[in-house]
Amino acid sequence: MADRADVFDVLAVEYKKQAAVNVRFEIPSVVEQANGAKKSFKVRIKFELYAPTPAYTSKIIAAAQANKLPDIYGVLMEMKDFASLIKAGHVMDLTPYMEENNGEWKSTFYKSGLDMNTFHEGNQYGVKPGIYGVPIDLNNIQFIYNLSLLKKAGWDTSKIPSTWDEFIALGKMLKKAGIPGLVSGWGEPWMIHCLADNFAWNIMGREKVLATINGKIPYTDPSWKQVFTLFMQMRDAGLLSSGIVTMVNKEAEQTFANERAAIAFNGSWCVNVYGSMNPDLHYVVALPPRVNLENPMYIWGGATSLVVNSRSQMKEEAVNLLKWLTQDKQQCYLSKETHNIPSTNASAGILTGPITQFVGGMDNTVHPRLFPIEEFPLVTEAFDKGIQSIIIGEATPSEVAERVQQIKLEETKKAKRFKAIRDKEAK
Amino acid sequence: MSSILLRFKKISLGYLFVMPALIMLCLFYIYPFLKVLQLSFYQWDGISPNMIFVGIDNFRDIVFANPPWWQSLWHAAYITILALVFQNGLALILALIVDRGIKYGNIYRVIFFLPPVLSGIVVGLIWNWIFNGNYGLLNHWLTTIGLGHLSRSWLADPKTALNAVAVIHMWKGFGWGFIILLAGLQNIPRTLYEAARIDGADNWSIFKHVTVPLMIPVFALVMVLTVLGTMQIYDIVVSTTGGGPGYHTEVPVSRILARMLYSSQFGYACAMGLVFGAILVILSLVQMKTSRAMTHT
Repeated sequence: MADRADVFDVLAVEYKKQAAVNVRFEIPSVVEQANGAKKSFKVRIKFELYAPTPAYTSKIIAAAQANKLPDIYGVLMEMKDFASLIKAGHVMDLTPYMEENNGEWKSTFYKSGLDMNTFHEGNQYGVKPGIYGVPIDLNNIQFIYNLSLLKKAGWDTSKIPSTWDEFIALGKMLKKAGIPGLVSGWGEPWMIHCLADNFAWNIMGREKVLATINGKIPYTDPSWKQVFTLFMQMRDAGLLSSGIVTMVNKEAEQTFANERAAIAFNGSWCVNVYGSMNPDLHYVVALPPRVNLENPMYIWGGATSLVVNSRSQMKEEAVNLLKWLTQDKQQCYLSKETHNIPSTNASAGILTGPITQFVGGMDNTVHPRLFPIEEFPLVTEAFDKGIQSIIIGEATPSEVAERVQQIKLEETKKAKRFKAIRDKEAK
Repeated sequence: MSSILLRFKKISLGYLFVMPALIMLCLFYIYPFLKVLQLSFYQWDGISPNMIFVGIDNFRDIVFANPPWWQSLWHAAYITILALVFQNGLALILALIVDRGIKYGNIYRVIFFLPPVLSGIVVGLIWNWIFNGNYGLLNHWLTTIGLGHLSRSWLADPKTALNAVAVIHMWKGFGWGFIILLAGLQNIPRTLYEAARIDGADNWSIFKHVTVPLMIPVFALVMVLTVLGTMQIYDIVVSTTGGGPGYHTEVPVSRILARMLYSSQFGYACAMGLVFGAILVILSLVQMKTSRAMTHT
């Protein structure tokens, strides 16, 4: 089990070794040649990893405002902010590189990873269609069950809950046995939103979810109330571990790894985390239980992607580094060391252990970033905080639905007003 | 002519000496302030080159249509009131004890000043462990002394979350007050105490008629610092509750950052910052004026 930063450092050293024998990296960059610069330089590679995500995102936004973005950087933001970066000229269009030699580079990736970085014709953000980022590894978020604790509670571990009723029954059984149930980083509201999305897609299907974001169906619709009610049912069944509403994911991971909770809702990155905290942890990964048995269960799945700064003086070198990083050898090394899902399809075969269960879930992944329309951030906030209120018994599903819908209407009104101002200015 | 030249030279030399400080002031205070003021009239995501001028809309929305913002201000004010009473009360009691020249006084000074020098995030993590609902120390102690029925997840329960955050903040902050109050106490001439004793004053009378009047400027300073420091509380909140559950521990800084980072509303966040700044300036002015009036009395 290795720390991601250490693994990237090893790759940087490896790349430098190769670059030293490759003349390409000894000559000045195209821009320097054009400027008549005589000084030659070597490519210096330094991977810097930052956490948590908001701190990293604010760093990237500040760097973009000051035109000080690194040559290669990650984009961990909403699609509209990614689009703003592209439109402001901070992201290079990688389509020509992806498509060269009959799409040789492009064909190596899982589609879901590439989709996260692709803007299609007629996208709502007005971005020129193309591929703007390179997925480095993939992830998805599922339920993880501690088999020892399930057995201790008297649950038949050969049958992991696949329906809502089974899930609630397990919750009641765990409560009876005095074993804490579900832990997750629901203090970071995006994770609560993730599970709610899973249930919404399962209950009402993608079209109805999109229609709600489009403003055609209100959040007071019975299907949405059903989504909110599920959290109330989980609370009432005693399924939720104490303090889950303010729990950060790191704490949830520690709790699950130390066998202080029977179920976790976590991303595929947890395999590395659990492995380093408790190598003897015996667990199984499964999709969230289905509420509507007629619809499949879709889950959030995404990719850690890197983009090239279009203002970089070493664009070509940056693209070459990304090509090298996504070659099978490097992808295999990354996956083997960090237990993440590789972004290229040829590397998946080398994986063993629990991560393979997450790989199986990739077929069921969707990410709201890929939707043609995005919800207003304030609506999302009201939605997530509303679910927290339901869990702490402060609001009913109907009250939360009403509140979310009210904010939706206010934000829609504001957006229309801003659009009118923009149109007026454009004229 | 030469006298004019000499005078000009003298004046320009003065300006030259002031210039570095003036440039720094303009660069790091005046310009950012003006930029924030300008942005507060725009709708801007922080990245896009296009900004939409919205006039005073952001301010109007903050004042009339943003209940979570006012709720967060009340939370900060509530913690501030608790800090003014309990944190400063504790600091004063400890300062009075150490001022009496008790044994190992210097060691106490170091111990009491340890929490303020720790990072807010570290303090938050330590207290997370104490207040944890599943395996927290506090619940363990309560169970040990037979009060297990009081056990709960202190930071996730809406009834206790804000008070729990306030306790952490006060624990982290009382050391500052202690040091400043102790310095103030040690500046009071001992002869005044001796004279009071000769006149037959008891401890309470000495405290009431000698210590308190002479300490008013120090109390005012500690109070201003407590108000400004507590109203801007953030790191402890982010490392313990993240503003939750719901909006129960949201504070102004967390709301400003949420608008900036999660909602990409930079202009709106700037307007919030200005409103918050104005509230703090007004609070400080009122406090200063009150303390000045008290000193004169």
